[in-house]
Amino acid sequence: MKILVCVKRVVDHTMHIRVKADGSGVDTANMKTVMNPFDEIAVEEAVRWKEKGLASEVVVLSIGPKQSVDTIYAGLAMGADRGIHLNVDSLPDPPGAAAAIRAVVNEEQPQAVFLGKQAVDDDCCQTGQMLAALLGWGQGTFASAIIKEGEALKVTREIDGGREVVLLPLPAVVTVDLPLNEPRYASLPSIMKARKKPVRIIAPELSAERRLEVLKVAEPPRRKPGKRVGSAAELIACLENETEALS
Amino acid sequence: MKTLMIVEQRGGEPASDTARVLCAAKQLGGPVDALVFGEGAAAAAKRVAGFPGVENVMVALGDSLKDGLAEPAAEFLSGFVENHEAVVVSASRFGKNLLPRLAALLGVPQVSDVTRILSADTFERPIYAGNAIETVKLAAFPKLLTIRATAFESAPETGGAAAVRQTTWDGTNTLSRFIGFIPSLQEGAELGSARTVVAFGRALETRENVETLIMPLVKELNAAVGATRAAVEAGLAPNDWQIGQTGRIIAPELYIGVGLSGAVQHTAGIRGAKTIVAVNIDESAPIFSMADYALVGDLHTVIPELIAAFRQKK
Repeated sequence: MKILVCVKRVVDHTMHIRVKADGSGVDTANMKTVMNPFDEIAVEEAVRWKEKGLASEVVVLSIGPKQSVDTIYAGLAMGADRGIHLNVDSLPDPPGAAAAIRAVVNEEQPQAVFLGKQAVDDDCCQTGQMLAALLGWGQGTFASAIIKEGEALKVTREIDGGREVVLLPLPAVVTVDLPLNEPRYASLPSIMKARKKPVRIIAPELSAERRLEVLKVAEPPRRKPGKRVGSAAELIACLENETEALS
Repeated sequence: MKTLMIVEQRGGEPASDTARVLCAAKQLGGPVDALVFGEGAAAAAKRVAGFPGVENVMVALGDSLKDGLAEPAAEFLSGFVENHEAVVVSASRFGKNLLPRLAALLGVPQVSDVTRILSADTFERPIYAGNAIETVKLAAFPKLLTIRATAFESAPETGGAAAVRQTTWDGTNTLSRFIGFIPSLQEGAELGSARTVVAFGRALETRENVETLIMPLVKELNAAVGATRAAVEAGLAPNDWQIGQTGRIIAPELYIGVGLSGAVQHTAGIRGAKTIVAVNIDESAPIFSMADYALVGDLHTVIPELIAAFRQKK
């Protein structure tokens, strides 16, 4: 089976981001960018399936400006076979991304689409579910295990209070969570080799319609400065006298 | 101008954050109807009918809805929500799984993790792990919102008397099948609703240290236990103990973080805590910059001292 993996280029989550002074957004210029960490887990899973003979081909797809092609090459260095880059100047919102991915799915006809459970920049957690709905496919969100059972996927989902197991007839969409696997580091030879793998660049017609308008972006409220305490006893005295934490 | 609140329930028990989601729903300004479905929905509906401020409770019955799966629920809801201006659900895993699917079926965008309602169409939500707050205006019908419950006040759960009505959906679901649910081994109180939370990081080093240092403190304080992503990745804690951007978002009265540096990924989940206590051997640990009380010291000596001091206080 063919697996399509969607990867997003995001600001490295260890970077300290700055809100622009005019409140128009987050200043991402000159920030180190990486593949969204959850998308990396999705690529790793698909590549392992290929190595185990469960998948015949792994295709990585990214939507974004021309630099997004680096994110695709990162996926190819991990072992994916080829890439597709939807080259757009500004990032679509989740409904726009889902619609663009659907168009690729209709053309490529993969049996499964793997994505990260959320992107660590906009923290929306929507695209996978929206894609599944648009395609009319089942969705296994927050996956911590994916097993192929005949013509279906058995997906273990990390949900509040425990784990849920669902069976999704193929084709299906799976969004992956942290415990699924630990992504590999690409070796230098595989990074070199990836550069020779094919990447198709498409300039898609994305709908410019935005029904969700960002009015402003601001710094979060700051907490009052705290204080040092010298001992456990002093801490408890403070908690008792200055807060309602222990009442 | 009605709002529909979708209530997560398990075995007849509404999710513990339901009153907070209701608080957000009421702020939208219109009357609030509630919807429950899944095994035990009738019992849950009775409970929800008692929440003051709920006008009507709808129980959705039907074979394919009983397991709470998103595929049939979204399809059912896409035909059900038409009389509602807004649809809200907790930004729990349940809500995050369901609402985007409904949004796509309806062809509308969704606002995730709403932390503040400024008006019926303008909302605040955190981005970049809470390092920035976005104000968004939504021009869509209906307006679909997932609510970060910890950002809203809790409210009484009894005293109301909403009408309970039933509807049956006979649609089928061929896209997914429920196989089973494995509850997590809960140690201590429930993370999402506990008054006190003790969280630990990678500095605990071994599971034995977690058992002999952290768990007695958790027990002494009747607290819930949580962990950082680094601790989960190091195998010190199961994934569902994870607090942070991609784990649980908590807002306890008291949070005690032990042996954790305060990575943005983690602190994104504790901003709502009333009082933050941090214990770390490293004076320059970032967690100290957001802690109300900072205790610099070796956790191996500080934790037993804390346990003894809390015990003495009783």
